Amino acid sequence: MSNRRSRQSSSASRISDDQMIDLVSKLRQFLPEIQERRRSDKVSASKVLQETCNYIRKLHREVDNLSDRLSQLLDSVDEDSPEAAVIRSLLM
Amino acid sequence: MASLISDIEPPTTDLVRRKKRSSVSSAASPSTSAASVSGESHARWRSEKQQRIYSAKLIQALQQVRLNSSAATSSSPTAQKRGKAVREAADRALAVSARGRTLWSRAILANRIKLKFRKQKRPKTPTKIPSMTTVVNSSNRSRTRRVSVLRLNKKNIPDVNRKVRVLGRLVPGCGKQSVPVILEEATDYIQALEMQVRAMNSLVQLLSSYGSAPPPI
Repeated sequence: MSNRRSRQSSSASRISDDQMIDLVSKLRQFLPEIQERRRSDKVSASKVLQETCNYIRKLHREVDNLSDRLSQLLDSVDEDSPEAAVIRSLLM
Repeated sequence: MASLISDIEPPTTDLVRRKKRSSVSSAASPSTSAASVSGESHARWRSEKQQRIYSAKLIQALQQVRLNSSAATSSSPTAQKRGKAVREAADRALAVSARGRTLWSRAILANRIKLKFRKQKRPKTPTKIPSMTTVVNSSNRSRTRRVSVLRLNKKNIPDVNRKVRVLGRLVPGCGKQSVPVILEEATDYIQALEMQVRAMNSLVQLLSSYGSAPPPI
């Protein structure tokens, strides 16, 4: 019963303010920058959402950089070198 | 490092397990399975075990990238392209680690299937698996959480909705989802990304600790 109700409420784009606040404060728990403030300080939903977007972009950039770095590392390995043996053992 | 290696399994076992899992979850009543999924999934991305599983999948995926790029010897791909291939491999591995419980992970895998198997197979649509996001709300409401966000007032709502849309475009597969789905998915996705960064970082550390690595960028 309650299950069906919640499904309906999420398929419709309207949700209650309470639900919204609840979801946004859950999101806030995982944002390092907002987290650094005092926990008792309330922030606006808009601020949390903005920080979330920024944080996801930052993480995407990090993954991009790490991907480039990894592909370089994999490339730089000479097939006959000792590193290659280590990597092969990792990749096997 | 030993743990990195020991966690590598042949790809088939993963497939088998996923199949098993989906049949189990479709047999269980949707409310119970979804509640347990939502409870454990946030903690899951933070566990070391999950990171080890991801690292193993990442290494497998990288091996594939290596094979593919060495197979195409005639035209060696540019550094940028290779970086992109690694990025895609890393994202697919992340999506596989999510075990199809979230929209974002299914979106990543669906993209991949579309590209690779367009002519061979119809893409599998995992409709049987209950979406974590649709059912999660009921369990959240019952749990008391300290609310750390200011109440909404009427004039802020359009701004908030606009920001949710922007957020939806950043989470794979969520461009056209409803507000609560986007918020739930983003909460899971952030933690998955954090874990991805940790795992890739330690792999970079590991690889560069062996001798003649190029200097950091």
